[in-house]
Amino acid sequence: MSDDELIWRIAGGSGDGIDSTSQNFAKALMRSGLDVFTHRHYPSRIRGGHTYVEIRAAGHEVQSRGDGYNFLLALGDSFARNPQEESVYGNEELKPLSENLDELREGGVIVYDEGLLSEEDVAELDLEERAEENDWHVYPLDLREIAKEHGREVMRNTAGVGVTAALLEMDLEHIEDLMEDAMPEKILEPNLEILHETYEMVRDEYEFTHDLRIPEGEHDEEQALLSGSNAIAYGAIDAGCRFIAGYPMTPWTDVFTILSQNFPDMGGISEQVEDEIAAAALALGASHAGAKAMSGSSGGGFALMSEPLGLAEMTETPVVLVESMRAGPSTGMPTKPEQGDLEFVLYTSQGDSSRVVFAPGDIEEAYEQTRLAFHIAYEYQLPAIVIYDQKLSGENKNVPVSFFDREPEPTLGSTLTEEELAEAAHDASGKFLRFQHDPDNDAGVSPRSLPGQEGGRYLATGNEHTPAGHIEEDPTNRVIQMERRMEKLTHIREELDEEHPSNQTYYGDEEADYGIITWGSSHGAVAEAVERLNEDGHSVKGVTVSDMMPFPEKEMTEFLESVDEAMVVEMNATAQFRGLIQKELGRYGDKMTSLLKYNGNPFEPAEVVEGYEVNVAETDEEPSAQVRIEPAAGD
Amino acid sequence: MSAFNAIGAEREIDRDEFTPGLEPQPTWCPGCGDFGVLKALKQALPEVGKNPDEVLTVTGIGCSGKLNSYLDTYGFHTIHGRSLPVARAAKLANPDLEVIAAGGDGDGYGIGGNHFIHTARENHDMTYIVFNNEVFGLTKGQTSPTSPKGHKSNTQPSGSAKSPLRPLSMSLNAGATYIARTAAVNPNQAKEIIKEAIEHDGFAHIDFLTQCPTWNKDARQYVPYVDVQESDDYDFDVTDRREAAEMMFETEDALHEGTVLTGRYYVDEESPSYQEEKLANGELPETPLAERYFDDDYEWERSYDLLERHT
Ligand SMILES: Cc1ncc(C[n+]2csc(CCOP(=O)(O)OP(=O)(O)O)c2C)c(N)n1
Ligand code: SF4
Repeated sequence: MSDDELIWRIAGGSGDGIDSTSQNFAKALMRSGLDVFTHRHYPSRIRGGHTYVEIRAAGHEVQSRGDGYNFLLALGDSFARNPQEESVYGNEELKPLSENLDELREGGVIVYDEGLLSEEDVAELDLEERAEENDWHVYPLDLREIAKEHGREVMRNTAGVGVTAALLEMDLEHIEDLMEDAMPEKILEPNLEILHETYEMVRDEYEFTHDLRIPEGEHDEEQALLSGSNAIAYGAIDAGCRFIAGYPMTPWTDVFTILSQNFPDMGGISEQVEDEIAAAALALGASHAGAKAMSGSSGGGFALMSEPLGLAEMTETPVVLVESMRAGPSTGMPTKPEQGDLEFVLYTSQGDSSRVVFAPGDIEEAYEQTRLAFHIAYEYQLPAIVIYDQKLSGENKNVPVSFFDREPEPTLGSTLTEEELAEAAHDASGKFLRFQHDPDNDAGVSPRSLPGQEGGRYLATGNEHTPAGHIEEDPTNRVIQMERRMEKLTHIREELDEEHPSNQTYYGDEEADYGIITWGSSHGAVAEAVERLNEDGHSVKGVTVSDMMPFPEKEMTEFLESVDEAMVVEMNATAQFRGLIQKELGRYGDKMTSLLKYNGNPFEPAEVVEGYEVNVAETDEEPSAQVRIEPAAGD
Repeated sequence: MSAFNAIGAEREIDRDEFTPGLEPQPTWCPGCGDFGVLKALKQALPEVGKNPDEVLTVTGIGCSGKLNSYLDTYGFHTIHGRSLPVARAAKLANPDLEVIAAGGDGDGYGIGGNHFIHTARENHDMTYIVFNNEVFGLTKGQTSPTSPKGHKSNTQPSGSAKSPLRPLSMSLNAGATYIARTAAVNPNQAKEIIKEAIEHDGFAHIDFLTQCPTWNKDARQYVPYVDVQESDDYDFDVTDRREAAEMMFETEDALHEGTVLTGRYYVDEESPSYQEEKLANGELPETPLAERYFDDDYEWERSYDLLERHT
C-alpha cells in the first residue's frame, strides 16, 4: 500500500457520464507517464443508481485495484429516484458520497458537489467528525453551478476533473489534448472554460491541507490503455477472425460490439441474430464454409450454446467461443463478476468433452490466449473457449503499443487446398475421407476440405460417422473415431507445454513452501498480495493457471509437490477450480485450502493477504465477512 | 486462381453424380415421401447446372434430416431445428455456394420455429425445404406442429387440442420471397418448384408434403392434389401479397378437409436479398470471405492499426 500511488474514485449516478470522464482521465494519467489500472462498479440499471470508477495510477506497475483509495470525487446522482422512495432505497442523491466513505484511506481527499448534495444531507453523514478521525481533507464545491454558468449541468464532470488536477498539482496539458480529441467543437469550448476556471480557482484560492500529489513516472515507450474486451477482440482480429455472430448479454456484449464496429472496415462479417443457439450455429456454419469465426455469450446465453458446442466437437468444426462470466445462478447479478461458470464451460453439452478452454488472467493474456484459441481450434479442428469475467472484461490497463505488433495469423489451419485435396485419401466411390485417421499426423487431426472445393465432398454430421462421414454405429468404428478425437487433447497439451509454457504465470519466492494458486481475473490481486507477503518477510509463491482444458498436469504436479500447503483463490462459492485440480491430479485434497469470495466484488490484495494470515498463522480471527475459507480435506 | 474451382464450373452434369456410391442406402420406410424430395432434388440440381461440389445441403434431425446422407453434395447434418442458422452463415461466408437447407415440420416449424421466422424475415438467399409429414417420424409418431387438431398419438392419446400451424401464411408474414407447396406424390411439379427456388434470389421456402405411411396412415397427402397454377378454378397473382395471402388461407383451410392444393403461392423477385442488402451497406465483403484465406497477397488489417484510439 505505497504512498506513491493515486487511487482516484469518481462516483455519481449511472448515466451521468462517469465512465467516459474516467476513461479520459485515466488516459491523461497514462500520458503523464504513469501506469494505470481501472475498476468499474455499476448497478444493473440504465439511468441512476450509484456507480463509480476507480483509477489506480503509480510510477510502478499496477495490475490490480488497490486496497481502498485516496481521492474521492463525489458528483451526486442526477438521476436519483423520487425522494418519496427514500425509505426504500435510501438517500440516493447522497450515495456517491455516503457509499464510498468506508474504503477511503487515512489522509484521503474528498471533493463533493455542493450543488447536488445539500448541506443537511451531508450533515447526516457526520462527515466532519469522520474526517477528523481519519485525517481526510474535504473540499466542498458547487460544481453544478460552475458547469451551468458555462454550459450545461452535465459538464460538472469536467469541473470535477479541473478540481482534481488542481488539488494534485497536475498539468492540464494531457487533459486538454484528450478533450480536444474526444469532443465536438460545440461542447469543447464550454468544457475547456469549465476546466480552466475550476483549476485556477482551486489553485489560487484554496489552501491545500492534504499531502497527496500526482505521482511521478515515465514510460520508455508508447502505451495504450485498453480493456480486457478490447484485448479479446484484438486477439481475434490478429488471429484472422472475420466472422462474428452474437446476441447481446452483459458483459459479453463488449467484445461483440467492438468487433461489429470494426469488421465492416476490414471486410469482416458481424451478425446479430435471434438467440444464442443461432449465434453459435452461425459461427459453425461460417467456419464450415471456410471463415475464421467466433461467437460468445455470458452464462445464460452460453447455456443455449451447449448443443452447437457439442456439434462442433462431433463434426470437428473449428470455432472459438468466449464466455464472459457474471454472478449466477440464472440471471444472477448482470453487472457483477464471479468465476462461477468454470465447471459449466468445461463440461456442458452431451458426451465427453473434447474442447480447449483458456482462462486469461490479465489484459495481455486476453489478447494472447484469444489468438492461441484460434490457432488451436483451426489446427486441431475443435471448439476453443476463452473464459473470462465481468472484471477482466471491463477493467482497463496500459500496455506498451509494441505488444500488439504481432504478425497476423489468417490461416485456416489443417484445411486443404484443392491441390492437396486431389492427393488426399478418397474411398472407392470417390468420396473424400474427411474423418480418416491421417497416418502423417499422429495428433488425430484429419485435414478438412471446404464446400465449393473440387473433389472434397463429404458429410459433416453430429451423429457418429465413418471416415467418409456416413452415419455409423459400428462399435469398432466408434472406438476409432472417439479415440482419434480424444487424442487431439493429448497432443494439444504437448504443444502447449513445448510452445507456450508461459501460459501459466509464476511469481513470488521460488523457494517458498507455501503456494497460492489462482485463475482468471483474480490474478492481479493475488500477484500483488504475494509480492506484499514476501516484502513483509513471509515466504510465498504463486501461480495463475490459464489452461483449464487440457489441464497442465505436469506443471501443477510440480508446483504442488514443491509446497507443503497451498491456498486456492477464486471468486465462487463452491471452489470449482480447486475441484478441477483435485479431479485432474487425483490428489492434493489435503494440501489445498480455498479462499472464496462471491459477493459480486472482485478480490482486493489485502483480502488475499488476510486470507493467508488467517489460514497460515492460524490466528483465531475469522476472515472478513465477505470472504470464506474452505479448509483442506481432512482439516 | 480461386480456392473454390468447383463453383460455377461449366460442364455437363450427370444426375448420377448426386448419388453416393454403394453406401449408404436410405433407411427410410418403404413408401416414405422423403424419397420424393431426394429424387426431385437429384433431378433439379443438374438441370439448373449445379455441380455437386458447389452445393451445400444443411439438414436438421429427423427422418428428413437424413436427406444429405443420401445425396452426394457437400453436407452438414446439424442438430434438431438448427439447420437454418448454420446454412445462413455458410452462405454469408461464401455467397457463391448453392445453399439448400432442409428438415422436418417438427424440426423446422417446432424447435426451429424461431430460426425459420428470422431467416425468412432477413430474406437470406437460399432454399429451404420442409418435409411436412404432419407428424414426428423418427421419434415414432408424436404430434407435430402441423398435425391436424384431434390428431392422436402416443403422447397425445386423447387427440391434440391444438390447431395446426399454417406454414405458408407464417412464411409470408415473416418475409420469405418465394413460397410454394408441393408434394412427393407430384414429382414433376416438385422438380420444377425446386428449380425455381434454387434460382430465386432470396429466401425460397418450400412446404413439401411427404407422406409418412408408418405413423400417419390417414394423412391427406394421399388425397389427389390440385395444382393451383394448372387449374382453372384458381386465378391469382403470385406477385401480389394480398392475393397470395388469400390463396394460402384457402389452401391451409382446405388441407384437412380433403383438398390438397399445391403450387407457387408467392413470388417476389423485386425485394433485395439479405446478401444484397448487406453488400449495399458495406457489411459484406465484395469477394467471399472464405476466398480471402487462400489469397497470399491479401493485406490483412491488424489490431495494431486500431491502437491510436487507445494511446
Ligand atoms: C434437442 C432435441 N430434442 C429432441 C430430439 C429428438 N428428435 C429427433 S427427431 C425428432 C422429431 C422429428 O420430427 P420432424 O422434424 O417432423 O421430422 P421427421 O422425422 O418426421 O422427418 C425429435 C423430437 C433431438 N434429437 N434433439
Ligand atoms: S417414419 Fe415416416 S417419415 Fe420416417 S422414414 Fe418412415 S415413413 Fe418416412
